[in-house]
Amino acid sequence: MTERVPVLKIGDVLLVSIQVDLEDQTVLDLQDDLAARIVATGASGVVIDITAVEIVDSFVGRMLATTAAISRMLDAETVVVGMRPAVAITLVELGLSLGGVRTALTLEKGLDMLARPDSRPPAKP
Amino acid sequence: MSGPRPVPDADHETITIESNDDVVRARQLVRTLAQRCKLSLVDQTKLVTAASELARNTLVYGGGGVMRTGLVRRDSRVGVTAVFEDSGPGIPDLDLALTDGWTSGGGLGLGLSGARRLVDDFTLDTEVGRGTQVAVTKWAR
Ligand SMILES: Nc1ncnc2c1ncn2[C@@H]1O[C@H](COP(=O)(O)OP(=O)(O)OP(=O)(O)O)[C@@H](O)[C@H]1O
Ligand SMILES: [Mg+2]
Repeated sequence: MTERVPVLKIGDVLLVSIQVDLEDQTVLDLQDDLAARIVATGASGVVIDITAVEIVDSFVGRMLATTAAISRMLDAETVVVGMRPAVAITLVELGLSLGGVRTALTLEKGLDMLARPDSRPPAKP
Repeated sequence: MSGPRPVPDADHETITIESNDDVVRARQLVRTLAQRCKLSLVDQTKLVTAASELARNTLVYGGGGVMRTGLVRRDSRVGVTAVFEDSGPGIPDLDLALTDGWTSGGGLGLGLSGARRLVDDFTLDTEVGRGTQVAVTKWAR
């Protein structure tokens, strides 16, 4: 049994705050849990808070991109908040720029972004 | 691709990489050393990220193996080195494996090429049917 990351529901938004160094299976479980919870709750947004996350490697990076894509297909928007500068620098050098993932510097800004649907970028074809 | 191997300090540590949990332990051990070596925060993050990629490759493609890590000295510089070793299938086409985006599995194909960019020294020895050894080092500035 691996641990699971709690998914909180606040109004219309699902909030995940990653607090510990996650092993790969826990990361995959989180991706599945989020998809199920979006459908079960009809949430319109997902916020993934990575303020406490010290590294994002290709595995976690791929999970963030996949979660953003899955939630979009389920009519919810994902915002990743709190990325540390060193993590951003490392991700770009690793070759992962997470182009399809919306980000905000703080949780507050991320929630704000989801509250204003007109700020969504035009859908890609 | 190989240069002079840095001389490991006597106090290097070895851990086995046989489960997802061990990949987490490998990251944590390298982070502790990177802090002890006083790498900058960005350099710590780069090295730990590279170690995470290589540990996962050791597990997924190498079928498990070991990581040996410790502080190293060369001239007056100090750094952290991590060596990942497995007795798996080896890498038949190294150029291909080091190409951004190439994967034989379901990954993004960024681990090996990305790890090489994130560190100062990178050496890779592999032999088909025998295994793979990847050594990375980051030096304090
Ligand atoms: N230790 C190893 N033993 C055998 N083959 C390996 C090993 N490490 C890497 N490879 C081969 O090199 C390829 C590229 O590795 P790389 O880490 O760049 O990408 P990936 O693991 O497929 O995806 P990612 O790391 O981006 O999730 C792998 O798909 C695999 O075929
Ligand atoms: Mg890899």
